[in-house]
Amino acid sequence: MQIHKTSKPMGILVAVLFLYLLAPVILVFPISLSGDSVLRFPPTSWSLRWYEALFENRAMLGAFWTSLSLAAIVTVLSLVIAVPAAWVMVRMEFRGRDLLFNLFTAPLLLPTIVLGLAILIVFASFGLLATMQGLILAHLVITLPYALRILAVSLATQNMACEEAAKTLGAKPLTVFFRVTLPMLTPGIVAAAALCFLVSFDEVVITLFLTGPRISTLPVELYNYVYNTADPLVAAASVLLILLTLGVILVVERAMGLGRAFVK
Amino acid sequence: MTAVPAVSAGRRPMGGQQVAVALLLPIALINVVGFMLPIFNLARYSFNRATVGGGIENVLTLQNWTGLLGDPFYLQLILNSVFVSLGVTLCALILSYPIALYLHRASGSWRTFLTVLVISPLLTSAVVRTYGWIAILAEEGPVVSAIRGMGLTPPPLMFNINGVFIGLTEILMPYMILALLAGFGRLDPRVEEAARTLGATPWQSFRRVILPLTAPGIALGCLLCFVLAVSSFITPKLMGGGRVFLLATEIYDQAIVTLNWPLASTLSILVLVIFGAALVAYSAVLKRLD
Repeated sequence: MQIHKTSKPMGILVAVLFLYLLAPVILVFPISLSGDSVLRFPPTSWSLRWYEALFENRAMLGAFWTSLSLAAIVTVLSLVIAVPAAWVMVRMEFRGRDLLFNLFTAPLLLPTIVLGLAILIVFASFGLLATMQGLILAHLVITLPYALRILAVSLATQNMACEEAAKTLGAKPLTVFFRVTLPMLTPGIVAAAALCFLVSFDEVVITLFLTGPRISTLPVELYNYVYNTADPLVAAASVLLILLTLGVILVVERAMGLGRAFVK
Repeated sequence: MTAVPAVSAGRRPMGGQQVAVALLLPIALINVVGFMLPIFNLARYSFNRATVGGGIENVLTLQNWTGLLGDPFYLQLILNSVFVSLGVTLCALILSYPIALYLHRASGSWRTFLTVLVISPLLTSAVVRTYGWIAILAEEGPVVSAIRGMGLTPPPLMFNINGVFIGLTEILMPYMILALLAGFGRLDPRVEEAARTLGATPWQSFRRVILPLTAPGIALGCLLCFVLAVSSFITPKLMGGGRVFLLATEIYDQAIVTLNWPLASTLSILVLVIFGAALVAYSAVLKRLD
């Protein structure tokens, strides 16, 4: 019976592999507290100077607010668009439903470098480059598939008895939707919202094609910064980003369990 | 009261259809404008001609394709991309397999905790993780200091293919682990136990029982990682220091720096062709496994 108990060498091996997997994420924490002016580990002195430098960096701050408002708008729009769409896809029978579902989630299959270039070329002729509208539209292309998929799974696993009961008792379709379906869908909505927010907030490749000196998001600013200089400033920004992500993860975990949000 | 169901029953098919179309319209619109139109346009662009000075001539020419496949630089670039991606995939597989096996056997809250650890890098921006690797492999970083401390000369780790390899492997590991786990469903601990009780050594039981049972997961993970590696951009760009040329970085440079959109489009379509080839290879492997 105990054959299965993992052996000690295996445990050590797995611990080392986990260390490799998590090393870059863990290391930015001590580096962000470095007092050195260059990237060095272990730092020769400790300070909060890079956090101060971060909050005094206008380009970063501006980009942060752009990213935050962009992610918020994209999240709200994703839900407003994907909830009704998911409802139609799951609750209604019609020909070509699977085909349509695959088409709507297809943008996820394309590499972002290809999608980014494709969107760049088309948006250039629409005059959408380096505009908030352009960024919102481009982010919706990749957040909607996630939202649609999560919401469709939530709706499909929902017990329909309550909806049936409400209908039988004379509730109008809209009443059923807002008073029964929607409240029962809350965990799925929270998970979809969190994922859309993170995807939009972290998106860098597609955004890189669409931003310019006029408008930039935080990941793009960080990318440009790392491309040009390697100092602990980005470590400080990374720590704040990781903490933000952690907060969002906790929300999802509370709402429906992280594993389920990802595996299907 | 009795009339209501009859009326709604009679009208629902028509009204329902219109409502459904109305509710699907926004997502369909965004799909068309932000996905289908750009992709078809991209395919079309790969047959356009770039003129001197960043202009684009709207013609139907195979010039991009023949130029690309006849240029040793691009042939090397394509081969580089494919080989680096294959190597990274193999490394990710070797490093992920023990983690996935361990996770598969773990249970309860320990398993949940470890799963969160595996997924959390996925939710961290690629820029942040690449930056972390730059910090680790930098001239004054822990790895170089440790190697120096042992009295050895560290190999060049940053701004060349080594750094890209190390960073990209780690960045793709979570995908590999999740794919492996998804495929481990068929691995029943009792089968393994039976093998061991019947006298198989740990290696035999791994080679003859565990490996064949987990092969579909391995195939899926390799497909996923290969595809992601071929199209990865952030890590090669930041860790390669402009000295590592891969398909994705070349697409970006052609699109943004050189402004040769037809060539960038051609390279993009080529990436999709490589994707298609990977998919074909994957289904062939799956067929053989069955």
